[in-house]
Amino acid sequence: MTEQGLAQRGALPGASREASIDKVSVDERAGRLATRSIKTEAKLSGLRLVIRMMDLTTLEGCDTPGKVRALCRKALHPAADIADVPSVAAVCVYPNLVPIAKKELEGSTVRVAAVATAFPSGLSPLDVKLDDARRAVELGADEIDMVIDRGAFLAGEHPRVADEISRVKEVCGEAHLKVILETGELGAYDNVRRASDLAMEAGADFIKTSTGKIQPAATPAVTLVMLEAIRDFYYRTGRRIGMKPAGGIRTAKQALHYLVIVKETLGDDWLTPELFRLGASTVLNDVLMQIRKLETGAYQAIEYFSKD
Amino acid sequence: MNERRQAGSDRRRPATSEEADGWRVAVKKTWKLYIGGAFVRSESGHSLVTADGDDNYPHGTRKDLRDAVKAAIGAQPGWAGRTAYNRGQILYRLAEVLEARRSELVHGLVRGGSADAETEVSASIDRVVSYAGWSDKYQSLLATSNPVAGPHFGFSVPEPVGVVGIVAPERPSLLGLVGSICPVIVSGNAAVVLGSEADPRTALGFCEALATSDLPGGVVNVLTGRRSELLSHFASHMGLRALDLWNVDDETAKPLEVAATENVKRVTRRALDERGWYDTDRTTSPSWIHSFVETKTIWHPMGA
Repeated sequence: MTEQGLAQRGALPGASREASIDKVSVDERAGRLATRSIKTEAKLSGLRLVIRMMDLTTLEGCDTPGKVRALCRKALHPAADIADVPSVAAVCVYPNLVPIAKKELEGSTVRVAAVATAFPSGLSPLDVKLDDARRAVELGADEIDMVIDRGAFLAGEHPRVADEISRVKEVCGEAHLKVILETGELGAYDNVRRASDLAMEAGADFIKTSTGKIQPAATPAVTLVMLEAIRDFYYRTGRRIGMKPAGGIRTAKQALHYLVIVKETLGDDWLTPELFRLGASTVLNDVLMQIRKLETGAYQAIEYFSKD
Repeated sequence: MNERRQAGSDRRRPATSEEADGWRVAVKKTWKLYIGGAFVRSESGHSLVTADGDDNYPHGTRKDLRDAVKAAIGAQPGWAGRTAYNRGQILYRLAEVLEARRSELVHGLVRGGSADAETEVSASIDRVVSYAGWSDKYQSLLATSNPVAGPHFGFSVPEPVGVVGIVAPERPSLLGLVGSICPVIVSGNAAVVLGSEADPRTALGFCEALATSDLPGGVVNVLTGRRSELLSHFASHMGLRALDLWNVDDETAKPLEVAATENVKRVTRRALDERGWYDTDRTTSPSWIHSFVETKTIWHPMGA
């Protein structure tokens, strides 16, 4: 279909809310894209891109300043002994740890993202959530990862959810807003699509799959549904919204398959850290292992990479 | 045969084995690698042909090795965490399962060119029983208690090294395989084994017993393929902590030993002729277990 044709199809505001997602074909297409084999130089450049797109994350109750500092060092220099390894895109932490990360990353390209709005459930009064986001920005967060109130969404209170997102967007100011849909709790793909449309219309800069606290988290199929929503929204409004799958991405191979899905759905324009991020805590070491394997020819073991 | 088929409705049971041969199409076995407790095809999708030309067997590659090491790394801590007594029970059950599969193993060995298949199978089963017995006894022989110059007492105890790569001898294809695996796994190591190239079916057939022995998947992984292609990857893999090389000549071994230094892999290289594997004094010695354990020493305060 031509661009114009697509634009016409989505001409009515909110028309896509009626869209029904064909689960079987989405699963099939996402599965098919994940079978693509990426080798040698393409693999190496893909892996470097994956690192540049990574939001290195730690969201545990036991996070200490020391752990966050160590994570920031890793974000800046993922592997000192491997040539040409870039810094990651951002470090993602709880608000209280933002100042620590900010100080550690000062003067670098690595941004600081904070989760906010009563993460991970989002089940607190709106003024508390707004305050949470505002304080995170004041503490120095460059990006805010907010959660939507899934309970309200599933109860059909879509306007309320949209209103909350717009209010959070207001308090974010310059900070980029990523809206976490927690797709693992939304059930059907139709809900994922509806929530994606709603978040983008309410002012999200990024839409994000998951908190990482719920299984299933990011899957290729859910990511495909969200990317298609982003594509249709772009044709309708001309605005480019970013995408962040998070949680459950453990291997370099999986990460590369996400890039394939992005490229096939949105094209090269979205293959940049400005518009695509991978939220992960364990995948970085696997990517580094693969890079070293490509360089040395020897299969690697995890115990030779820093534990985080 | 054709006449009977034309009879159509005649579905009586065949009376003789000759008649049975014409009655049905035989089901031929697809030989597969044994990785992570499952029988899998080679990642390469390629196969090699056995010496007698009767069968195809998987052409294992470095990627199969990678998968096998991954499975072994996943399985090893759980295996090492079991009690010594339990590891012994499981090895003993392996012997029971091998006994039940005796005729199949003998048949396989005969096809693979074993000189005395019956004796080899018996010796293999006995070898497993020997090591089942060693499972909770070798520690007493390898551990020491060390009086040290100070108000402490030292204990040195053996611990498994981790995942061991075994390049099994070409002959005897079953006894050499069993005899090299048992001393490695009895102490809680996991193994990635390259089976005999001369008789690959025996190595893969043995895995049928492993799979039904209660041995957790991934503790023993068996590959078949070409030694010449795979050895360098065994040597360079950072996930293997030790190598057990059987009958590898000096020229072949040198680059392997060099590559193994990268992660300070422990390389044990031994040569044993076919008869040597029947020498039980030698092959069931606790020194064979000792080759694949690390010694941990603990200092304990005196009088506490």
